Order: sequence, then structure tokens, then C-alpha cells
Amino acid sequence: MSAELGIIAQQFVNGITLGGMYALLALGYTLVYGILLMINFAHAEMFMFGAYVGLFTLQGLSRIAFFTSSGPALLLLYVLTFLIAMIATGILGVVIERFAYRPLRHAPRLAPLISAIGVSLFLQNAALLWISSRSLPFPVLFEVRTFRIGGASISSMQILIIVTTIVLMLVLDSFVSRTRLGKSMRATSQDRDTAGLMGIDINRVIALTFFIGPALGAAAGIFSGMYYGNIKYNMGFIPGIKAFTAAVVGGIGNLRGAMLGGFLIGLLESLAAAYISTGYKDVIAFVVLIIVLIFKPGGLLGESVAEKV
Amino acid sequence: MGAIRNGLVAVNDFFSTRVGRIAFFFVLALITLFLPVMFQAAGNVFMVRIFALVGIYVLLALGLNIVVGYAGLLNLGYIAFYAVGAYAGMNLGFLMQELLKGLGFLGERPENWSYWVLLPFAAVPGVLAGIMIGAPVLRLRGDYLAIVTLGFGEIVRIAVTNDIFGISNGASGLPGVGQTVAPVAGQMWVRENLSFGNFLFSKDLYWYFIIVALVLFAILVITRLDNSRLGRAWVAMREDEVAASSVGVNILTTKLWAFALGAAWGGIAGHTYAYWVGFISPESFNFMESVLVVCMVVLGGMGSIPGTILGAVLITAVPEVIRALAASPLLSGVLTPEQASLVGDYRFLIFGGLMVVMMALRPQGILPSKRRARELQPVDDTILAQENQQLWEAEHKHDSDSDII
Repeated sequence: MSAELGIIAQQFVNGITLGGMYALLALGYTLVYGILLMINFAHAEMFMFGAYVGLFTLQGLSRIAFFTSSGPALLLLYVLTFLIAMIATGILGVVIERFAYRPLRHAPRLAPLISAIGVSLFLQNAALLWISSRSLPFPVLFEVRTFRIGGASISSMQILIIVTTIVLMLVLDSFVSRTRLGKSMRATSQDRDTAGLMGIDINRVIALTFFIGPALGAAAGIFSGMYYGNIKYNMGFIPGIKAFTAAVVGGIGNLRGAMLGGFLIGLLESLAAAYISTGYKDVIAFVVLIIVLIFKPGGLLGESVAEKV
Repeated sequence: MGAIRNGLVAVNDFFSTRVGRIAFFFVLALITLFLPVMFQAAGNVFMVRIFALVGIYVLLALGLNIVVGYAGLLNLGYIAFYAVGAYAGMNLGFLMQELLKGLGFLGERPENWSYWVLLPFAAVPGVLAGIMIGAPVLRLRGDYLAIVTLGFGEIVRIAVTNDIFGISNGASGLPGVGQTVAPVAGQMWVRENLSFGNFLFSKDLYWYFIIVALVLFAILVITRLDNSRLGRAWVAMREDEVAASSVGVNILTTKLWAFALGAAWGGIAGHTYAYWVGFISPESFNFMESVLVVCMVVLGGMGSIPGTILGAVLITAVPEVIRALAASPLLSGVLTPEQASLVGDYRFLIFGGLMVVMMALRPQGILPSKRRARELQPVDDTILAQENQQLWEAEHKHDSDSDII
């Protein structure tokens, strides 16, 4: 295999890993937008919060000798870390919805957006002031091995991230399309008032949405910590924008679109970093966002819906 | 609580009278014009600088108020226009100095006229940037627009950090090696002619008065705009786009005007800031600055000029003043410098919380514009009943009038 193809293959692997994180985060934006038609600006902070909870859980639990004694115990440690971080972040999401967004449900659309920016500002600074203003190292407790496939190398960490992301997506997809709760979510997103008349508890569905989205965001945050080796109070801002872009590219409100968009943005970004410039790699997502919104505002998989009057 | 409320109502009633209003403006003029002079006389240049900085933010907030308050478009990348104004001003200034030097116009004591010569055109780079970003994206729905403008702000910051076109000197900022910003014309004159005794008419005081003049000019222009055909089109569009377009308001051009005219003030503020401080770097134009300006407009009252000014003053000055006071003997017993600097550290946390609380309890801001307040409040039965009553009375009056005729 030529060196050129090797670079492309390598960027492809990196891009899919990155894209998995963006996709998980994008699902949160798309879920909330689908139901409330609002951009949850504070969603990027769920990524950050999840990473911090993950770090502290990992640090706390790894002090117990049992968890580091054997391979299966280590796996249990990671599963517990993910569960605790996801549940804690999910609860935070529900609390935010209850206090910051629910009172504004009938307000003009600018109001919840500003409120969300406020929440984002608050959480970011809470982490800065009460945890640390510097980046904290995120430990990796297992040995990372690297496999070579053709010209590209893939680490066990990348495999873990890609596999877990895909599993989480499949679970979410079948939850929304197969279960009764998922059905009520879909009904609510189609028409909130009518769904309420059909006996669906709207508040419960919205709370559920605000649990699932942040929980997935937390998983993405932990992956980011593991992948880059450190976490910081403002780590959510840039991935948040990229994930939002991913949601829009895929067609906001559409779950599979968000997954597709996430992987696309991840791939584009890795390729751009390799072939255009690393200094401008964060600009790629914004440029893609603007181009998509101008030429195909409905996104790749979204149907173009006329604005409700 | 009751006593405070009654007190506030009494104060409000007093300021609503003619005498009260004159007294209020008199006190306000006294504070804006003489307090910085007093600080300068006391040798406290730091406070003079804070006054000038507050002025710059007032200018920015007034500009953003056109976009957010009047037209109802959320722009989260407003600071980009400020950056464009600052970088354009600096670079054009360098060009001008080179040109003058080449023509042999610079005397022994070179004074920098570029600020003054470029000031009438300072809005141009901002307006151009506003139109450039506005034209393609203004067709988008409001909340998409917020994200796209945020993206635009970041693009500008990243481009400037990467020394785009070789004009921004990357992260180290302007002026770079070999570039100098000579003292701006007038600065030396006031220092030599208006200083007496111990009182030194400093550079910062000079700039403070320039900034105050610009703010007054902005207030004049924006008030006129608000009462113009365009201003009414903004209100109509903000309240109901479909209804507005059906009575002949061209939504796209009206939005574009709001964007361009808002950006103009960002450009002017950036130009002024660049020449006042004499140094600019990408750090000054990050996303948090954009959020701060949005906070000012929201906190003070969207669509209200006094509200916007109050918001800018509160958000810029309060943390700085508390920090300064703690260092002075006045508060040294009450507040330690550590506690005071905590206020500075906690301000973003507090602003974030305030934005949430304001949206829930008082979305119209501290000093709201009347029309915006009614729009932002959820439909209230008592207000509705009142309005119906007024409508009925108006119709009834008309009937009785026609009876007489």
C-alpha cells in the first residue's frame, strides 16, 4: 500500500473515532430540537460535566483494590464509571430543563436560547472556580495496544470508543423506534399538543429527552478525556459547536441524521487537518455549517419542513 | 420587601415628573463629565481607564441592541465586527503613516492623524463584514442565525490568530516588530494646554471624552433610527415576520439593515479601542466578549437605550469598581483584596445565573422598553382585559362622536 493511501486510511480511522464522539453529542442536540424546537446551548457543558464526573468516579473507584485486580474487574470499573457519569449528567439535564427551560416554554424563542447561554456560562464557570482552571489529566488504567491494518494503525482505545459509540447508538435507535416510551417521544416531536391530548405526559417525555441527551453527551465527554488524556472546564465549547453542526448536516431532529452527520464532520475534520492546515481545522465545521444551512437547510436526511406560523 | 418596593415606586414617580427628569439628567451629566476629571485630579488613572472602557462597551452594547433589541435577531459573534474595525483601523493607519512618510509630510514630531482621518470611515469595515455574513445567512430562522454568527465570530478569531493575509501578526498582536503607533493627534495638545498645577490632562482622559462624544452620537443616531420608517419595520418584523412581510416590509433587506447598522458601531468601537490602547491581539476578541455584550443588552433591557447603557455600565464597571474599592482605604476593613478579586472571578458565574433568572422572572430587563416588555411577557389576562376595555372605549367614543356630528 502506498504511503499516500496509508495517510488517508489513518485519517479515516482518526476521523471515525472523532466522529463517534461528535455523533453522541449531536444526538443530544437533535433529540431536544426535535421535541422543543430549541437549541440547547448548554448541551456542550453536559460533555464537560460528564467528563469530570467520569474522572472523579474513576479516581474514587480505582482506590478500591478489587477493581484493579483483574481484567474483568477493570471492565466492571469502566462500566460503572460510564453508568454513574451518564446518570449524574442525565439528572443534571433534567434539573436544568425543569428550572431554566420549562418556565419559558411559551415565551418567545429568543428567551430559552438566552437562558441556555446563561446555563452554559454558569456551568463552565462553576467548573473553573470550584474544580480547576487548569486541565486535569485523565488516567487510562488499561494497557493501550496498537494494531496495524494496512498502512494505518488503530489503538485498542479507538476500537473501544468506536464499538461503544455504535452500541449506544443502536440501543438508542431501538429504544426510540421499538418501545412505548420511544413512541411517545416520536409523537411528542410530531405535535406536542395533540400528543398531550392522546394521553401522553408531555412533561415526562421532555424530561426523558433531557435525560437521554446529556447521558450520551457524558459518554462522549469521557471518551474525549480518555482519548486526549486530559479534560478542562471549557472542553465542551468547540466539540459542542461541531456536534451541533453535525446535527444540522444530518437534518436536525433526525436521530440517524445526527449519527451520520457526526461521522461526516469527524472525517472531514481529520482530512482537513492532514491536507489543509491544522491551524484552521476548527474552522472546517463552521464553514460546513454555513454552506449546509445556505444550500440545504433541511440537512442530508431531514425533510424540509416549512416554518410553522 | 414592601418598603423597598414602595421606595422604588416613589423614586420612579419622582423621575417621571419634569423636574425629576431634569434633575436626573443633570446628575447623570455631572457624573459622566466630572467624575473622571476628579479621578484624574486625584491621580487615579486606573479609574479613568475604567470609565473609558465602560464607554467602549456602551458603544458595543448600543450597536448590538439594534440587532437583538430592535430587529430581534440573536447575534452571538458581534465581537467579530469589533475585531474587524480594530484590525482595519490599525492596518490602514500603518499604510497612511507610510504614505505620509514617503511624501515627506511628517515633521519632526510625528503626530498620528490616522485615527481622526479614518474615523468617518471607521464604520465601513464593520458594515462590509456585516453585509458579507448577513446576506447569505439572514434567511435562516432565528436560532440557526445565532449559531452561524457564533461560527463567524470564531472564524474571524481563528483567522486573525493564524495571521490571515499577513495583516494581523498572529497571536502576538499589533503593532508587530517594526510597526509603531505614534501618539494620536490632539493627545499632546491637551496635555500641554489643558493641564494645570498637579492636574494632568492624560491620554486616557482625552480618550474618555472622545468615547463619550461617540456614545452621545450613537444615542442620537439610534434614537432617530428607532423612530424612523426602518425602526418601525424592525418592530413589525420582530413581532410577526409574516404579518410584516404581508404589509410590504421586505424582511431580508430590513434584517440586513439591522445587521449592517449594528455592525457599524462595532467597527467604530473597534477602531477607537485600537488607537486608544495602541495594541490589539486576538485574545481581546473571543467568544466570551460576544456573550458579555449580549448579557449587557439582555440584562439592561432589549430594545431600550437607557437599559442597554445601564447593562453595559453594570457588567463592565461593577467588578472593576469593587476590586478597586477594596484596594482603597475606604473598604479595606470591610472587604479584603482577596474577597474583592473573587467578585471578579465569580462575575461570569453570576452573569450566567442572572441570565437564567432574568429570562424566567423579568425577560424585559431592568429598564425595559415598553413595547418590548409587553411582547416578552406571557399573555396576561388582566392586561388583555385592559386592552379590550381600551379598545371598546375607543370604539364607543367614536360612536358617540359620530352621533354628535
